[in-house]
Amino acid sequence: MATTAQPRSNSAPVAIRWQPILIYVVCIVLAILFLFPIVWTGINSLKPPSEASASPPTFLPSRIEFENYAKLNNYGKGVWTYVSNSLVTALITVVGSVVLSTLAGYGFARFNFPMKNVSFILILATLMIPFQSILIPLFLILTQLRLQNTLFGLSLVYITFQLPFGVFIMRNAFASVPREIEEAALLDGCSALSMLYRVMFALVRPGIITVGIYAFLNSWNEFLAALIFMTKEANFTMPILLTSVRSGYYGAIDWGALQAGLMVSIIPCVLIFLLLQRYYVGGLTGGALKG
Amino acid sequence: MGIASFRRNTAARSAAQTTPVGRRYTGLFFALPAIIFTTIFFILPLLMTAFMSLHQWPLLGQSRFIGLENYVNMTRDSQFWNSLWFTTRYTLLVTPAIFILAFILALLVNLPLRLIGTFRTIYFLPAVIGLGTSSLLWVWLLNDRVGPINSLLNQLGLMERPVIWLADPNAVMPAIIVSIVWKTAGFTMILLLAGMQAIPTELYEVAKVDGANYWQRMRFIMLPLMRRTFALALVLSVIGSYLAFDQFYIMTAGGPQNQTISVVYWIYKNSFTNFNLGYGAALSIILLLILVVLSAVQLYILRDDTTY
Repeated sequence: MATTAQPRSNSAPVAIRWQPILIYVVCIVLAILFLFPIVWTGINSLKPPSEASASPPTFLPSRIEFENYAKLNNYGKGVWTYVSNSLVTALITVVGSVVLSTLAGYGFARFNFPMKNVSFILILATLMIPFQSILIPLFLILTQLRLQNTLFGLSLVYITFQLPFGVFIMRNAFASVPREIEEAALLDGCSALSMLYRVMFALVRPGIITVGIYAFLNSWNEFLAALIFMTKEANFTMPILLTSVRSGYYGAIDWGALQAGLMVSIIPCVLIFLLLQRYYVGGLTGGALKG
Repeated sequence: MGIASFRRNTAARSAAQTTPVGRRYTGLFFALPAIIFTTIFFILPLLMTAFMSLHQWPLLGQSRFIGLENYVNMTRDSQFWNSLWFTTRYTLLVTPAIFILAFILALLVNLPLRLIGTFRTIYFLPAVIGLGTSSLLWVWLLNDRVGPINSLLNQLGLMERPVIWLADPNAVMPAIIVSIVWKTAGFTMILLLAGMQAIPTELYEVAKVDGANYWQRMRFIMLPLMRRTFALALVLSVIGSYLAFDQFYIMTAGGPQNQTISVVYWIYKNSFTNFNLGYGAALSIILLLILVVLSAVQLYILRDDTTY
């Protein structure tokens, strides 16, 4: 009874005497509010199509089937085309962002060169300019390069949008590696490139994963640029396909197919986040707050 | 022994000396790809936006220099002013909603309780979903016929007739704000949480010894020391709201009665529906200037020189 309360590290204004039960109740109610849209969509996507668009809606399915996912395949060239469009775009974006950010991060962290500060600020400053305001000329540039309506062209644009964040993260990652490691490698006759490849790569891996996750999610989820650059149905990414599922055939919306499509879009994001949460949140707080 | 260490020293010294001179361009070589990408796909289009804004620029055919005519036309474009006002109103409403909920969430998930990490993950989950995807999700949730929200409100006795949320001029703004708060509160929560955790615990303990209660500690220690975090989260949130497009394009298509056409939506319509690229570019330049000024003002108001 008489034990003194342990100082609780880390809790905001420290040692709250509210009933923990009350706090848990609040937390659980909030958790239900945050989860129900996703969970209900997931459950609905597994219902028979007629139940998925029942009015008024039901919660639990009478039986589980995958008919809605099968029907999703009736749109355009079939759902796999669009999933693979999104995947290919995301993968090119991930590889491009990681490679470019790693190289640049290494260069900015470890070398002096003419115009170094100017070019670093140039890359970071693009963060302050909304990409929405440069989409019109980007459309023309991609058309000139004959890359409009191609997944590759879209990826190039996405890579550029990732660079300020990526370069910033990777420069910090390299800057935190002790110089002695490099000097030892230099003495062993390593060239700058092979040092990056053989020595530094392992040391900055958390940064690389962070840049990769953001590149993937931003590319997978991006809507406006994909809407503008991808005008041919065969090149749509998932979010654009879903808007055409939503507009429906002859005015009737197939809600079951829409719910199935939403799950296809949501599940990869959720999985990546749950598996790599540490890197994701680290990028958010480290990248944003230490700047 | 002596010779070996002497050799190592000279080797190290010569490596250090050659770095700045002999490797003058090595760093540039590494940074060059990123610089080239940024130049072609960001700086060039940015300059082109400014250039195009001074032209009448159809999608096909010749463009014509018209000076500031696009900007002059903007002053007479009533939909532009409506959009600007609508976007501002939306930002002013959605930002406090996000911040209040995110702050409460951050306080909760900062408590030293078991399982609190699970709750943090759950609250953050909607933030990893795309805005386009979440907008479509809410189109279904808010539907008057098949959507669960009307049905739930009805069963709870809070509502008699179903509301057609996204087509009702009075209901559309609250409906969209709820969907956006759901999507983004977790993101702001994480930023605020990181700010909270950066404050040294000793400060709270000292205040406690001096007899300050929970609310006093929050008011006089936590909030002032979180200025920089608030500034950052506020700038990100205001910028995001000002650039809103997906939710209006998907959820309302600008309706009802063109009431929810945001500024970016109006740029999109002019550029890619009417193919008046020059006018779209002029609108883009104005949007860009508004955002730069807004960010600068916010950062200035919430500037913080505190070190601790």
